[in-house]
Amino acid sequence: MTGLAIRNVSMRFDLPGGGAVQALENVSLDIKQGEILSVLGPSGCGKTTLLNIVAGFLAPTEGVIELNGHEVHGPDAERGMVFQKGALFEWMSVRENVSFGPRMKGQRAAQYAENVDHLLDVVGLQDFKEKAIYELSGGMQQRVALARCLANDPDVILMDEPLGALDALTREKMQSLVLKLWKETGKTIILITHSVEEALLLGERLIVMAPRPGRIHKEYNLPFADEGVDADLREVKKNPKFAEVREEILGMIWDMEEEIMGRTEAAQ
Amino acid sequence: MIPLLIYVGIFVVAFFAVRAVAGGIARTGFSSLKTVTFGDESAVTPDRRASVISILTLFFLWATFTGSALIPSFLHMPGPPLGLHTFEHTVQNAEGETDTATVTFLLFETEQDAEGNDLPDPEPPVVEPGDGFALNDSLIIEAYGSELARLQDNDELTRDDGTTIVAVNGQPISPGDRLDFGFGTISMSTRGSLNILPDQGWQMEPIWLPAPESVAVRFWDILWNGFRNFSLAEHLGYSLFRVVVGFVLGALVGIPLGYAMGLSNWFRGWFDPIVEFMRPVPPLALIPLVIIWAGIGETGKIVLLFLAALWIMAIAARAGVSGVNISKVHAAYSLGASKWQIMRHVIMPNSLPEIFTGARVAMGVCWGTVVAAELVAAEQGAGMMIMVASRFQNTDIVILGIILIGIIGFGIDILMRWAERILVPWKGRS
Repeated sequence: MTGLAIRNVSMRFDLPGGGAVQALENVSLDIKQGEILSVLGPSGCGKTTLLNIVAGFLAPTEGVIELNGHEVHGPDAERGMVFQKGALFEWMSVRENVSFGPRMKGQRAAQYAENVDHLLDVVGLQDFKEKAIYELSGGMQQRVALARCLANDPDVILMDEPLGALDALTREKMQSLVLKLWKETGKTIILITHSVEEALLLGERLIVMAPRPGRIHKEYNLPFADEGVDADLREVKKNPKFAEVREEILGMIWDMEEEIMGRTEAAQ
Repeated sequence: MIPLLIYVGIFVVAFFAVRAVAGGIARTGFSSLKTVTFGDESAVTPDRRASVISILTLFFLWATFTGSALIPSFLHMPGPPLGLHTFEHTVQNAEGETDTATVTFLLFETEQDAEGNDLPDPEPPVVEPGDGFALNDSLIIEAYGSELARLQDNDELTRDDGTTIVAVNGQPISPGDRLDFGFGTISMSTRGSLNILPDQGWQMEPIWLPAPESVAVRFWDILWNGFRNFSLAEHLGYSLFRVVVGFVLGALVGIPLGYAMGLSNWFRGWFDPIVEFMRPVPPLALIPLVIIWAGIGETGKIVLLFLAALWIMAIAARAGVSGVNISKVHAAYSLGASKWQIMRHVIMPNSLPEIFTGARVAMGVCWGTVVAAELVAAEQGAGMMIMVASRFQNTDIVILGIILIGIIGFGIDILMRWAERILVPWKGRS
């Protein structure tokens, strides 16, 4: 079977002074090949933990992750990751960063050069191929990160708030780029974000997680990602349905935050 | 105290003079538009005019307090009053009769011939003996020295006949007294002799601080003729050779050790106590042990410098590994890199800035340590040069050596910074 399956995953962190934190409890999710899924939730709901488990950086205390029918143990080139920031290699040029995956597989320049150049064109960095990373703006750096991930041709792309550190305008452009790349490459994408709008715009499916213990609270199937592939994202946002779902989710997360604060106050 | 006051004075005068004549330095580029500059460190740039004046001031003070020929003599601090001086002393005999005689002394400075050998002392001035039972005297006194004059030895009536000196230039004097005159001080010893202490002036005696030009002459001399059987290039070359070999060996062992400590629990546990213990031990404290173990030859010095560089480089490499942003390592794993590839393409380049910082520190420490080791015992080297010179009171060579050591240490640091800019251009910019 193809696609990514998260089966009954739980995660407990033991605290140094005794006690434990239940970061995730019995999370199950099936993600089809080529699906783009966004994950929302208040801080501390375990969404980054979940992504790290899928990436293979953490082993769950219970449950398994399966990709295309085999269990996931540890990080692998089949699951690419785009980080919020700071994950590019400053000692390499833009081109060397993007070609990192193929080079590590032992490919020769002749084998990957065409694909790397194409990806740099797609993300609009054709004039910056030989530049050093520290010469680029934040938005450009995230485009390098996207291209680097795609150059390795993973089955699943995991994005941990990839646009979180960008300014609003750059962020909108990058959202369009993510949708465009998703449609062109047909990759399965899991995107974690703090922004409700971004989750609505980019998620074919949207998961809202609840904290303590981290679990799936609600799931939506949304049309906006498909609409946004060809349309201006600002037009998509004008859809009355968009505003309606946004308000609903905002209210939901607001309530969760309130509850967390109430519990913290009660504990004190 | 006087040099310090003059120095502060020049500082203050130069500050106001340059401001008045040329104004403050023009801030260029973005800084020129800043209205808040006090407290903004990035807006502070060194005023190069101050640097030039500062260096000139140091040389000026050096020259003026050594009576250097490099500056006109009216700028010199007053030196000892060289030349002929006279004073009268009054002698009283056992019968109470007095007679006055003149003392003429030549205050002279020892001069040297072209080879640096001292010329013989000048002859005492020729004087008429005069009349009376006290006769005129003549003697020589070396500058910065003093003379216990035996003025009565040539008189017709000597001390054995019961004569005593009762006055100098008409002023009464008795044992223990001091009298000041234009040329210096005269005091009377408990046994009644006059002690002549000519004024020393404000200048430094060459044996304490030679003039700049005599250091330059000495530099020229050593440059062509060498010092203690080795040429100047060999002395400095030996020091540099020891530093480079010791540092390279220390880095070759220390960097892998630091990596291992940053990557493996066992290595971290095994070497942590050793590194943490050795780090605060100054390399200088190891010199005696290294001499006992390895002697005073090259081996001992290279072992010492190896130890000096080893811990610094190990700690720098360990810090380089622990400074890797975990996202970079995760990203590399997700892109399919193996452990070795992560080591080669992520951890090693990422640790380069830390290693360069460590290398700069280590080179500085090694340079200081090699000079100290050579001070203790060496056949050749910059430290040996100044140590041997100081034993023979060749202060000019000592100062020359200090200047050369400073220039080379500064040069090493410039070289390391240049290499850092070329090899680690991303440092501090991510």
